[in-house]
Amino acid sequence: MTNEQLLLGLASVLAAAAPVLFAVIGETISERAGVINLSMNGTILLTAMGSFAVALRTNSLWLGFLTGMAIGALVALIVAFSSITLKQSQVAVGFVLALLCRDLAYFLGNPYMNIPGPRLLAVPIPGLAQLPYVGTLFFNHTVITYLSFVMIFLAWAWIFKTRPGLMLQGIGERPAAAFVRGANVNRMRYLYTVIGGAIIGLAGPAYSLSVKAGWAGTISGLDGIGWIALSITIFGGWNPLRAAFGSYLFAFLQWLGLVLQARLPNIPSQVLQVAPFPLMILTLLLVNIGDAEWVARTLALLPTGLRRLAVRFLRALRASPPAALGVPFESE
Amino acid sequence: MEGSKGAKLTAKTIKWISPLFQAAAFLLALSFTTLILLAVGAPPGQAYLNILKGAFGNTNSIANVLVVWAPLLLTTVGVLITFSAGLWNIGVEGQVTLGAIFTTWVLRLLQESALPPWLIILLAMLAGMLGGALWAALAGALKTFGGVNEIFGGLGLNFVATALTLWLIFGPWKRPGTGSMSGTLPFPETLWLPTLSGLRLSPWALGLALLAVVVVYLMLRGTRFGLRLKAVGKNMRAAYLLGVPTWQHMMASFLLCGLLAGLAGALQVTAVYHRLIPSISSGYGFLGLLVAMLVNYQAVWAVPVALFFAALNIGSIQLPIVLRLDSSLAGVLQGLLVLSVLLVEGARQQIMKRLRLSDESAPVEERP
Repeated sequence: MTNEQLLLGLASVLAAAAPVLFAVIGETISERAGVINLSMNGTILLTAMGSFAVALRTNSLWLGFLTGMAIGALVALIVAFSSITLKQSQVAVGFVLALLCRDLAYFLGNPYMNIPGPRLLAVPIPGLAQLPYVGTLFFNHTVITYLSFVMIFLAWAWIFKTRPGLMLQGIGERPAAAFVRGANVNRMRYLYTVIGGAIIGLAGPAYSLSVKAGWAGTISGLDGIGWIALSITIFGGWNPLRAAFGSYLFAFLQWLGLVLQARLPNIPSQVLQVAPFPLMILTLLLVNIGDAEWVARTLALLPTGLRRLAVRFLRALRASPPAALGVPFESE
Repeated sequence: MEGSKGAKLTAKTIKWISPLFQAAAFLLALSFTTLILLAVGAPPGQAYLNILKGAFGNTNSIANVLVVWAPLLLTTVGVLITFSAGLWNIGVEGQVTLGAIFTTWVLRLLQESALPPWLIILLAMLAGMLGGALWAALAGALKTFGGVNEIFGGLGLNFVATALTLWLIFGPWKRPGTGSMSGTLPFPETLWLPTLSGLRLSPWALGLALLAVVVVYLMLRGTRFGLRLKAVGKNMRAAYLLGVPTWQHMMASFLLCGLLAGLAGALQVTAVYHRLIPSISSGYGFLGLLVAMLVNYQAVWAVPVALFFAALNIGSIQLPIVLRLDSSLAGVLQGLLVLSVLLVEGARQQIMKRLRLSDESAPVEERP
């Protein structure tokens, strides 16, 4: 593989990670506020189909992306309404929506299958795109990929560096304390769930109008991405920067699978495509295992030097969810 | 005295109001589906009639509905056990798949042997149950010893199970020549679970599924184990303090669910496909979760509701040919049904709560 091919390959990894990134960041924001939006897998499929259909009919890519955000926000609104107002299980409603939106996408998308449609083109950034290495890698992408770069830092800065972001952390960690501080916990949860949903809604069009342009029904290869994004959210420890790392790692592994496929003809391609999933479980295990009681007991038996090392390693990987994740809040 | 009279009235109201709300939920789902059909320009009446005919039009189609019903019942009552323990066993899909893989494995190992066919089938199905239980145990171990939430562990394991299936079909177990998405080579007819003459329906599959419903119903209803399981599911900390070994009960519920899901997978191989195919689980794991939610976690109701869902699945198969509609309409209707039941139930609870606020003495109603 030449240098140029490698660079192009890595640039394609950055582009392929964009939809996953939107999903993961949207979910991170929603979960930071204390609401799990489990519907993601269906939302991604429905927004991919809906955006493509609208973009095809109106011949406007922007309307396509807007449709995606609107659908994502609407699905999130159902999750918010049923969990915050009706006090139903977030997991139950989210899971049903995940299946419902998927089937709805297949049903409504039937007439749009395998039709060539509009597609986002790469916009090289003048001046920067010509730079050696960096230019190919970062500055020769579609608008939506640039937006994914910006989104990482925007979300990170919002959550950790602003006052409203501090409140957002508060309503997910200690809603009662945030309430005393004057936050309208449930209204904020509504707001952030819907905003998160709109961002998740960008993931679908990022596929159907850019990365994997078009709609191919059940063979679109998008079924399952939402579940992956959900585990990357946990891997990311509810921090956009770490979540971005997880998304890029996932996209890189998938790309590696494609590259290796040419070199290892004995392994069926279907296997390499799903190879990142076991790795995802392993990372989830590493992220969570530090909390297990037996681990603490085992570590206590180790010699001091080794124990410190192990503890530091596990602590670095560890991520604990927002304390009030999935717990309804009542002010009275 | 005034207070107790008020409470009586409320209890009575609850009794007749509940089915009313459920009927409203059903109508809501149906009207929404009708709107969707109208939106795509399809005749709703014809679509529903087509589903009905496709499911119950002749003996053959009725038999096919029952072919779907059996594994769906197994996964439904399986996840009822894990739901009782407060666990969301999304990994049930992978547990079905592993059941199918283990069954295929044993059938392949023994098909050349001198053992009588019935024994081979029996061993293969037992292996399938073991496979499902093993996969469930993995999700359970990840949860208990690794702190990985069963939803995420289960989802990951589902993907691994799919990968394993594909690898086997295209790798070690591939058909002579090149592997294909149509699966492994079919087994000889002697290794098929006997079916009713001329139909795809195996009475054995049906019998096993109904037996499982009865066993699970009795277990959750009338045994110490079932009671403790529910205690763990309702309030783990309280159960632990009362001396119920909590993680052991959670693990046991995983294992039992895995056994039933594995049996569903075994039936898919021995009674339906007679080989391993890429989508061997047919989504019955997820569908079972939906049914379990719809019946409000009651095993008895699983029987008619699973039948209804199976009928929708089979009835919609003809839709693409007759009306040029995608067969995923069945999934849309199923999903809408569960969603509206959840929403309407939530609304009912909120309304009841409001009413109760004005009548403090009313009995407190609990729901899992």
